[in-house]
Amino acid sequence: MGDVTRIILTRLGLGLLTLLVISVLIFGAVELLPGDIAQAVLGQGATEENLRALRTELGLDRSAPVRYVDWLSGAVVGDFGVSLLTQSPVTDVIAPRFANTLFLAAYAAVIAVPVAIVLGVIVALLRNSLFDRVANVATLTSISSPEFFLGYILILYLSVKTGMFPAIAKLSDDLTFIELLDRTFLPALTMVLVVVAHMMRMTRAAIINLLASPYIEMARLKGTPAWKVIARHALPNAWAPIINVVALNLAYLITGVVLVEVVFVYPGIGQLLVDAVTKRDFPVVQACCLIFAATFILLNLAADVGAILTNPRLRHPK
Amino acid sequence: MNYFVIGYYALLIGGSCLAAYFKKREIFLVLFSLTLASFVMGIVGGQDALWAVTIAAGLLALAGGTAYAFREFLVIVSGAQTAKVLRTAPLTASFGMFVIFTYAVLGIFAPAIAPFGESDVISQAFAPPDEVMLLGADQLGRDMFSRLVYGARNTVGLALVATALAFVIGVLLGMVAAVKGGWFDQFMGRVIDVVMSIPGLIFALLLLSIFGTNLVILVIIIGLIYAPRVFRLTRAVAGNVVVMDYIEAAGLRGEGMWYLIRKEILPNSTAPLIAEFGLEFCFVFLLVAGLSFLGLGVQPPTADWGSMVRENATLISFGEITPLIPAAAIALLTVSVNFVVDWMLFRSSGLKE
Repeated sequence: MGDVTRIILTRLGLGLLTLLVISVLIFGAVELLPGDIAQAVLGQGATEENLRALRTELGLDRSAPVRYVDWLSGAVVGDFGVSLLTQSPVTDVIAPRFANTLFLAAYAAVIAVPVAIVLGVIVALLRNSLFDRVANVATLTSISSPEFFLGYILILYLSVKTGMFPAIAKLSDDLTFIELLDRTFLPALTMVLVVVAHMMRMTRAAIINLLASPYIEMARLKGTPAWKVIARHALPNAWAPIINVVALNLAYLITGVVLVEVVFVYPGIGQLLVDAVTKRDFPVVQACCLIFAATFILLNLAADVGAILTNPRLRHPK
Repeated sequence: MNYFVIGYYALLIGGSCLAAYFKKREIFLVLFSLTLASFVMGIVGGQDALWAVTIAAGLLALAGGTAYAFREFLVIVSGAQTAKVLRTAPLTASFGMFVIFTYAVLGIFAPAIAPFGESDVISQAFAPPDEVMLLGADQLGRDMFSRLVYGARNTVGLALVATALAFVIGVLLGMVAAVKGGWFDQFMGRVIDVVMSIPGLIFALLLLSIFGTNLVILVIIIGLIYAPRVFRLTRAVAGNVVVMDYIEAAGLRGEGMWYLIRKEILPNSTAPLIAEFGLEFCFVFLLVAGLSFLGLGVQPPTADWGSMVRENATLISFGEITPLIPAAAIALLTVSVNFVVDWMLFRSSGLKE
């Protein structure tokens, strides 16, 4: 077991290192601004006095490395500074919205994961049949469509024409859980459509890969019934790729949410990021990007660790 | 019961019987399950549901027919060698080629095809379609159809340039890393790992917030974001070629690195790279469309499909499908490119399972 812990710790360390480098990138990118933040915020017409005042306020009179350490040590304990626009702490703006985004992603994941895995396995077992080909075309279409296309189609047919679900995900605190699920159904469904397609294709590829391996052929040749081949020989080895697929797609869910949130005016962190980019509110942009990157890395890390834990060959490297 | 419904079921059941008689198992299964499903749909949705099925089937048949005819056309006009390859293309792939061909014609001859200029205001806002304006007017009274045609040029052109940039950077660095190896290879590998661990859209948003949105910067940013993916593939493909004996022979002959890349490695790795170009183009295209949709990509008054969806989105709440047309145009192109790439990957991988 000591071996496993060491491998996992190494992975975690690598992930942390990557995150650190990314935080440098995110912070350093803003330093690349022609002029500086104060200039960008106040515009070309700003007087020297105003500029100087804002620079002192933002701490721009100190050197970049000092400010970076300051920013990072704040970010670690959840303090991302103050929004340039509203002057309120960035954390207060982000926290409730991040919770909303996580809720939406979790909602979509709960529907998408089981559906995608079951369908993916079925498609893999029926490979090269007509059903497989239809599924191939359907998933390819779903992947290739921009999220806003799917979103608007759903709005048009499920909301405007039939009135089954609300088109705009307006949230308030006094909603019951069922109402909440109803309000956020369309954005969740949009993400489900995209993610199911991705996951189905990846699951199919993984399972087909598995079914082509020699021990499956051996099991078939010695006369094991088909269901037993799947349950006893294929499935235990399929967990690793399936866990991988799930984690990668959850990572996609968290980041692919930006467009969906804008379509449905959902008060999540993606919408916030887009607004902040338009208004060039740099502390908010930096914070959002760091959160997105951290989630992304974390889930990729989870995929790695999951793969190691379920695959004995990775657990005992040569 | 009217003639349509009777004819509908007669056709389906007759078709299933014929398929069963000629032992076309799959066609029979499809037709018969469609018949069974139609009973339910007919009861629940009435005649309209059956009409929808008929129209969908008709569209599907139309697309299939177009694809078939286009493949035959390509086989006839191309040389013997290409014709042999094209004959193996599945219908989806030839449909994809047909769509790409159409888009290319639209994009190249946009000024000749579009009846109005892309930013000409010719009528009232959101005017309904008439004989002059095929698809009606947009939120400023510009002709939707003309903007759609110009969009083929602007959006697709932008995505193509950005993809090409990503490819030039990625392929060049990947080849050099494969040939040189050593610390350069290691270093590039680490850098790429870091860049790829930031989601593309997020990275693009960060950079756009800093450098502002203009076309040149947009292309450079997208090129830089997608170059790492190309680098990875090129590095893997070239890595397999570099260990070949003929590369060693060329090296012993005293050929330089540039010669090796250009004359030995590149020609031997074109197939996967071309397929990758198609795939990357889809990603880039969706990213450009997404950014424009967010109002951070192509800026008005340039006609662009992503921003057209955004500008006309209010029409959706009136039950109009006009804003969906540019979005559908985006989806259609990505689907088509994916169809063609799928076929090419299938051919080059030899996956004939």
